[in-house]
Amino acid sequence: MIWFKKKSKDTDNKEEIASDDGVISAEDIEAVDVEPKEVVQDDAADVDGGASQGWLSRLTGGLAKSTFKITQGLGDFVTKRKLDDDALEELEDVLIAADLGPHTAAALIEEFARERFGKDVDDQEIKEALALQVEALLEPVAGRLQIEALDNGPYVVLVCGVNGAGKTTTIGKIAERLMRDEGKSVMVAAGDTFRAAAVEQLRAWADRSGAQFYGKDTGADAAAVAYEAYQVAVDAGVDVLLIDTAGRLQNKTNLMDELQKIVRVLRKSNEDLPHQSVLVLDATTGQNAFSQVQTFGEMIDIDGLIVTKLDGSAKGGVLVGLAERFEKPVYAIGVGEKIDDLRAFDARDYARALMGVSDS
Amino acid sequence: MFDSLGDKLGKAFKNLTGKGTLSENDVMAASREIRVALLEADVALPVVKDFISAIKSKAIGQDVIKGVNPGQQVVKIVHDSLVEMLGSTNAELKFSSPPSAYLMVGLQGAGKTTSTAKIAKILTEKNKKKVLMASLDIYRPAAQEQLRQLGEQTDIATLPIIEGQQPLDIAKRAMDTARKEGYDVVMLDTAGRLSIDEALMAEITAIKKEVNPIETLLVADAMTGQDAVQTAQAFNEAVEISGIMLTRVDGDARGGAALSMKAVTGKPIKLLGTGEKWSEVEAFHPDRIAGRILGMGDVVSLVEKAVETVNAEDAQRMVKKFKKGQFDFNDLLSQMQQMHKMGGMGAMMKMLPGLSGMAGQLDEAGIDDRMIKRQEAIITSMTPHERENPDVLNASRKKRIAAGAGSTVQDINKLCKQLKQMQTMMKKMKKMGMGGMMQQMKGLMGGKADELAMMAQSMDADGLGAAMKDMPSDSSSPLGANPFAGGNMPTSGGLPGLPGMGGPMGMPQTRGGTKKNRKKKK
Repeated sequence: MIWFKKKSKDTDNKEEIASDDGVISAEDIEAVDVEPKEVVQDDAADVDGGASQGWLSRLTGGLAKSTFKITQGLGDFVTKRKLDDDALEELEDVLIAADLGPHTAAALIEEFARERFGKDVDDQEIKEALALQVEALLEPVAGRLQIEALDNGPYVVLVCGVNGAGKTTTIGKIAERLMRDEGKSVMVAAGDTFRAAAVEQLRAWADRSGAQFYGKDTGADAAAVAYEAYQVAVDAGVDVLLIDTAGRLQNKTNLMDELQKIVRVLRKSNEDLPHQSVLVLDATTGQNAFSQVQTFGEMIDIDGLIVTKLDGSAKGGVLVGLAERFEKPVYAIGVGEKIDDLRAFDARDYARALMGVSDS
Repeated sequence: MFDSLGDKLGKAFKNLTGKGTLSENDVMAASREIRVALLEADVALPVVKDFISAIKSKAIGQDVIKGVNPGQQVVKIVHDSLVEMLGSTNAELKFSSPPSAYLMVGLQGAGKTTSTAKIAKILTEKNKKKVLMASLDIYRPAAQEQLRQLGEQTDIATLPIIEGQQPLDIAKRAMDTARKEGYDVVMLDTAGRLSIDEALMAEITAIKKEVNPIETLLVADAMTGQDAVQTAQAFNEAVEISGIMLTRVDGDARGGAALSMKAVTGKPIKLLGTGEKWSEVEAFHPDRIAGRILGMGDVVSLVEKAVETVNAEDAQRMVKKFKKGQFDFNDLLSQMQQMHKMGGMGAMMKMLPGLSGMAGQLDEAGIDDRMIKRQEAIITSMTPHERENPDVLNASRKKRIAAGAGSTVQDINKLCKQLKQMQTMMKKMKKMGMGGMMQQMKGLMGGKADELAMMAQSMDADGLGAAMKDMPSDSSSPLGANPFAGGNMPTSGGLPGLPGMGGPMGMPQTRGGTKKNRKKKK
């Protein structure tokens, strides 16, 4: 919800910060003794190399920390050595530290070991091989939020997630992007009628992008807001209606009931609504992401995911496990506070950035 | 979703019972399971490693307690070590000479603004402080407006918003205002920032320097994964935090982040955010979080929730009835309603050890809160006379009730049968006392109850047996009078009657007894 910050900061600046931070952390982060200088150069190479393809550089910048971390662990492999049990355990550890979770990490390492156990390997080979494995797992879920043009009303996207995941900000970005890049007319609906000033927050985003806005006061019935927003959107003839919802923890039955009610009430207008239900996940979230995807999925049949806050020190490695288990497409990732920082999800780029593969 | 550590170690150690001491091999075998359990609970890897090596040295060579599965014993060692590491005392909030500045920091979306208002509310109501809140978040749209609205809702003063003022200047103005107007505490809610964002980290360092806060609280989401260490460390280095407030503890995350952050910063976890209401903030209890990290459920919280929810008078009345072996539809109804208040069956199951997985099974079996609602409808369609005297229900009365409740006579028969079962159970329980009850529960639960009893025992030195012996007699304490907590049987009497619920719902009171026993010791 919240990572909108200074607009003035430019991309280069941001990347510098990310890399610099790598240096600082090298001295104090828990793990092993390695040569941080070299690691940082790796990151820097990524960043520079990606200058032309903006999104990769942003992602790499954002993932600098995780890249750094994995590379750090892999530092021990700089010289070729035999891939033995100890080596595999270290590899598993670096995957776990990137939030892949113990099971996914173990599975990846097992597969990795099957081919290479006992062979001489070096840093680069390991990174590339693991990146390929991760890419293969993520490739099937690399998706896009496809907005279809409809005759009978707007294309409706319902955005939900736990508190603080970044729903409102994500909607603000999607709206601006759809208008600017795809020339769509967009309406946003303030379905978060619970949190104080959530309505104002979305209105501010709408003002900024020029999207139409529909909302009531805090405390209004969220389902009613959604229902009326659709009617208004149909009349206004907009292409897309983005509906914000209040953050809710997935184990709160009453709040999940409310979410179901929103969907139910929307369907009174049109059976197909919402055309897309998107779950927003915070990249800092650990293994609880499984529970989130599962429960939200059971409640309202989630179509796809958007992962936010990937520009921080968190890596969102839980995505890998999610891809395997739920096979939900990842529509976009948030790698910063600017509109352009909402990116399409590219499995190869993400995997390579995550693993710190230095060429690109 | 995840097996509890108890389940896992129970399996791993099946064949080890009867050994004299825990050998190095036993402990090594356990350590892998412990590692995975902690990682699944999102404890950060470096912390896990330290923790495991500490456990190893503690566990090896320990005498195996007779009658306890070595797995359970290791769980106890792990549990105790976790409690120790998480901090064994509750860290109180501090005050300086007024105005005390409280600086709230954290990542975006951690829950700073809500937490600010919650703490302000406690300070106002419990500590009788005059509190001023100020939002320094000029970046997120409507963030200042959010705090202003929260101030209105909670009736706590907020610093008037001046458009365009920079965070540092707002902080200064807040402190000045507090000095002039005699506020005891100034709560400074800052913008969410990434720990790697140098510019914003510098900003907060400057603010800290300016206001010299007595409390600098890192607000962190209980769902945080491995990143918890980086974030905690970075904030601690930049502004030297005085404590941590963990939010969304009411979610179903295992909360390993708590351990990670405590371990890397050495700073206490001072408060837990446990819900969306203002009152839903709690002092930190290491043992609860420890149990949760291990997937052993949050029985203590459940019991306390029950204490809050259950009307003491109702409970007393019910206890009397139970003692007489009576149980009618009114009692069943009030139990159903209590369960609703506690968040429904699923929510309760999730809080209980080893049963979190069953929440899903319940759904599959079609046993859900809706079903209970239907049963409620049936009971509310009965006359008061019928509710008190279930035996008067004849065919024509049942038909009438079915029509009124929108259900069928079969459903009503089912409900009657359940009530009968409960009555029978209660009579049996009266005869055999708690011990026999446990035996029966074992039967109902398969191995589960056994394991749980074992775990309860391993958690409490006095053991379950002792706890259970003195349970039925005591109904005077608030806990004792509580159908869920006390072991006065209403729970196991009432809920078992719900279809398929015989075993599971009997559990809370088993552990409740342990808790009560713990209380007694004090």
